[in-house]
Amino acid sequence: MKIGSIQNGIVIDHITAGRSMRLYDLLGLESADCQVALIKNAVSGKMGRKDIIKIGAIVPLDLDIIAYVDPKATINIIQDGVLVEKKALKTPQKLVNVVKCQNPRCITSTEQELDHVFVLTEPETGVYRCIYCEAQAK
Amino acid sequence: MRSLISITDLSVEEIQSLIDTANQIIADPDRFAHVCDRKKLATLFFEPSTRTRLSFEAAMYELGGNVIGFSSANSSSAAKGESVADTAKTVSCYADIIAMRHPKEGAPLVAAMNASIPVINAGDGGHNHPTQTLADLLTLYREKGRLNDLTVGFCGDLKFGRTVHSLIAALARYTGIKVVLISPKELQLPSYVKKDVLQKHGIPYTQTTNLEGALPQLDALYMTRVQRERFFNEEDYLRLKDSYILDPEKMRNAREDMIVMHPLPRVNEISVAIDSDPRACYFKQVLNGKYMRMALIMMLLEVKA
Repeated sequence: MKIGSIQNGIVIDHITAGRSMRLYDLLGLESADCQVALIKNAVSGKMGRKDIIKIGAIVPLDLDIIAYVDPKATINIIQDGVLVEKKALKTPQKLVNVVKCQNPRCITSTEQELDHVFVLTEPETGVYRCIYCEAQAK
Repeated sequence: MRSLISITDLSVEEIQSLIDTANQIIADPDRFAHVCDRKKLATLFFEPSTRTRLSFEAAMYELGGNVIGFSSANSSSAAKGESVADTAKTVSCYADIIAMRHPKEGAPLVAAMNASIPVINAGDGGHNHPTQTLADLLTLYREKGRLNDLTVGFCGDLKFGRTVHSLIAALARYTGIKVVLISPKELQLPSYVKKDVLQKHGIPYTQTTNLEGALPQLDALYMTRVQRERFFNEEDYLRLKDSYILDPEKMRNAREDMIVMHPLPRVNEISVAIDSDPRACYFKQVLNGKYMRMALIMMLLEVKA
């Protein structure tokens, strides 16, 4: 399978195999107005298999979402066919409206206007907990 | 301005300061009888509670203050669909401090984020109940003379029991604490509490299903009720509700100075025959709860005797 290189856009590379669909959903790429290619299980020298997302325009992306889903992913900005910037990912301390609290006993389950806020409670294992009920993000 | 949502919002030093204030109130209540004159406590109770609400009300009256509020969601504007945030903003216009109980976890935090006055969490679902923990800590301190070097047994519903989770989180910050977890397998302490609290603080703990076997090593036994309202499934509740019943025969295995605690209300997990045993401290806990709530209200309102 061959997917051409892009002239202007963003390549999210080195995504852990299997995580690209989640990233696609959380980044809201279904509503992107440009070409988007999602490549699953691409062969990788370093990783064995990896996922890649190629976006055919330079659109604003929430880097916190990418860092939350896959901190090892790399983000490359392409302009006129040339790599002009590699964006570094930093593990976010707080996630606002990225994931929803699944705890049916949480106040967010009944008060719809509340932001769903999670904070990083265990940096070594990447565990985030709801600020209201302390349920772990899933 | 501060609120109290979780027991860990308070440092060990602040807890000791509250204990000291409570002991001063016990020794000389008249000195504190007017420290909250003209102040109002709003008790916002979105689910039924007898002792916690009455304890808060008694605490405020004994400090010379007044109380406004409601005792069920049906009699509040929540029945009309008002959000917790709006309720907190509105009540901030009428009162000086809020005590809130709510069936949903995190509701008091939402209130604290929106109120312009201090908010005390008076219980949010199965999550936190910090003022019960303050009552427990004062009881341990007064009965045992210390909050370190204690072996504390927790028995019954350790899965849904918020008072257990809060007390374990509070005790984990003291030195020489050992914990014995006594429960049926289905109601064991959640693994995240073991990992995030016990293991994180290096607290030695054991798990057992055998109450009698655990008793001889304990300085304090914290009994809990299997709570019907925490179960989604009535069958599970009926199967587990009588798992542990403390009676005089079992108490023969306990030390002479072991104290028996319970956040109350009890159903049948402590036989009434234990009530006359000098080691029974659960009604002292109720009284201690009022004194600690008095001390807490004073601290959050920044008033002194």
